[in-house]
Amino acid sequence: MAVMTYREALNLALREEMQRDPRVFVIGEEVGLYDGAYKVTQGLLKDFGPQRVVDTPIAESGFTGVGIGAAMVGLRPVIEMMTFNFALLALDQIVNSAAKMYYMSGGQFNVPIVIRGPGGPAAQLAAQHSQSMETYFYHVPGLKVVRPTTPMDAKGLLKSSIRDDNPVIFIESETLYAVKGEVPEDPEFTIPLGKAIVRREGTDVTVIAYMGMMYRAMEAAEELEKEGISVELVDPRTLRPMDTETIIGSVRKTHRVVVVEAGAGFAGMGSEIAASVTEQAFDDLDAPVERVTGANAPMPYARNLERLKTPSKDRIAAAIRRVCNANGH
Amino acid sequence: MTKTPTRGGAAPSVDATLARQLLTDMLLIRRFEEKAAEAYTLGKIGGFLHLYIGEEAVAVGATSALRPDDYVISAYREHGHCLAKGADPKRTMAELYGRRDGLSGGKGGSMHLFDKSVNFLGGHAIVGAHLPIAAGVGFAIKYQGGDQVVVCYFGDGAVPEGEFHESMNLTALWKLPVIFLCENNRYAMGTSVERALAQTEIWKFGQTYGIPSEHVDGMDVLAVREAVARAVARARKQKTPALLEADTYRYRGHSMRDPAGAVYRTKEEVEREKLRDPIVLFREKMLAADVFSEADVRAIEKDVNDRVDEAVAFADASPEPPGEALFTDIYKES
Repeated sequence: MAVMTYREALNLALREEMQRDPRVFVIGEEVGLYDGAYKVTQGLLKDFGPQRVVDTPIAESGFTGVGIGAAMVGLRPVIEMMTFNFALLALDQIVNSAAKMYYMSGGQFNVPIVIRGPGGPAAQLAAQHSQSMETYFYHVPGLKVVRPTTPMDAKGLLKSSIRDDNPVIFIESETLYAVKGEVPEDPEFTIPLGKAIVRREGTDVTVIAYMGMMYRAMEAAEELEKEGISVELVDPRTLRPMDTETIIGSVRKTHRVVVVEAGAGFAGMGSEIAASVTEQAFDDLDAPVERVTGANAPMPYARNLERLKTPSKDRIAAAIRRVCNANGH
Repeated sequence: MTKTPTRGGAAPSVDATLARQLLTDMLLIRRFEEKAAEAYTLGKIGGFLHLYIGEEAVAVGATSALRPDDYVISAYREHGHCLAKGADPKRTMAELYGRRDGLSGGKGGSMHLFDKSVNFLGGHAIVGAHLPIAAGVGFAIKYQGGDQVVVCYFGDGAVPEGEFHESMNLTALWKLPVIFLCENNRYAMGTSVERALAQTEIWKFGQTYGIPSEHVDGMDVLAVREAVARAVARARKQKTPALLEADTYRYRGHSMRDPAGAVYRTKEEVEREKLRDPIVLFREKMLAADVFSEADVRAIEKDVNDRVDEAVAFADASPEPPGEALFTDIYKES
């Protein structure tokens, strides 16, 4: 184990996979000469050369299509979106080309690509640069969607995503790049896609959260421990395919559920998890599922409004108290 | 760069084997689609069916300049491109029928033909979207050190799309072996080129990007073959893209749902265009030059009709895909 930042863990994963497989290359805006807008690709141009670290002009649909075409005939591109907000310019390529090629061709052409970059709430970047984008992608059959919360997950899940034979949407976070944590140095260390992790064991309530919301939920859990509420924290890590087995297993133990997500709540991840829990574990529930979500509003710029938009530790803690008080905890 | 459409010479010296092959391939596409249209009216083919009838010289002329290991990618009017590249007419017809033995097991249909065995990369039905994908195939060829090329067919309707311009720019910037072959049939569905493009001479867009460009008579199979051969030779050696604009015309509607009495063009115009039918023109020219005989033509017609009848019988006999197929080929297991 080594202690490194989330950013360094991603960089290491890219390096290791590029060393392991000559078909892997990195393509995107400012990934080479500039060393990455967020320095995730730092040093790769120097070490792997311009053939495998490809700077593109600002043409998201174009270079995403380039990645898809290259993948159809044998390469394994890692496409960087400088931020995931810009992926909307490539949404047609992702949804209509990448996700459906294997199906439309009756299994003849798969598209092994990773599209990665930061997304989710950032710091005063306002409405167009600070959005939780995963909802746009996890609805689509044919895509896998990953949101890695820790440096260890960043490395292990990125490596699995690059080795996966399908298009993987891998959304990082500007606010987590500097977070430090322990990361295995073994180049064969990977974390399988589609497996959730229980980050904190507890007995009274299951809280499901990922990325920045997991860190806030962890703080809330520690605070509530002092009040005698034992919180179990489940991080799905992969949103599609979703590991509902781990989630339902936890619910059968705690009988109470709170889902936390940074994005707007309408038809969000919380809705999907609430539906799954209702369908599969209704009789185990002692309280209705609570959702703590981003407000159903665009992201504002002003600091005070921005704080109101995204779930805070206090809002998460309040929701946990509510479900625990229901039915006389 | 040439301004006027190039035509094959008046008295061509064409190899007889090649000439018979070109006629066979064009006729196969024509008869295949005539049968597909019949099957559509009988309800055996559903959805959208976009016929290529009238445009056969482009696919056949272009493919005749390629090697089997070269790649081809197209939009949704692609039956001709797929057959010309060598796909089995039986499995192609079965795909149109939505049957188990179709190229994609019935999951793609008319707009999504794919055949990996002949390097035919689809069958893409969002206008403009396959142009960047073609650029990616060119990128991979260069990355892997190969000398293949990719031919990317698209219509005049794709030219106003941003992806056309992104793809021109990227392939020129990175020197990728992609031949963009615009089949200008003058109408994007019902919108004429004049109502869609500020620059109606499509080949000229290549100049802006420094891409060798050429305007060719798309009703002349030999002219198309020669223009594509020039572009292929450059692409193999110098890894340069090309933009070719082939003047052509579709006799049928945009799709089978496009009514015969459509208002966007006149009946007279359609009848006038049929006078330069690519198959008739080529046949007459070859007969006049004694490259092949009337008897050769009769033999070719019989062979083509037999193959198309066989394709229809094969599609009719093929079962529907099993219900389980709904959930296969969504994710590839590693």
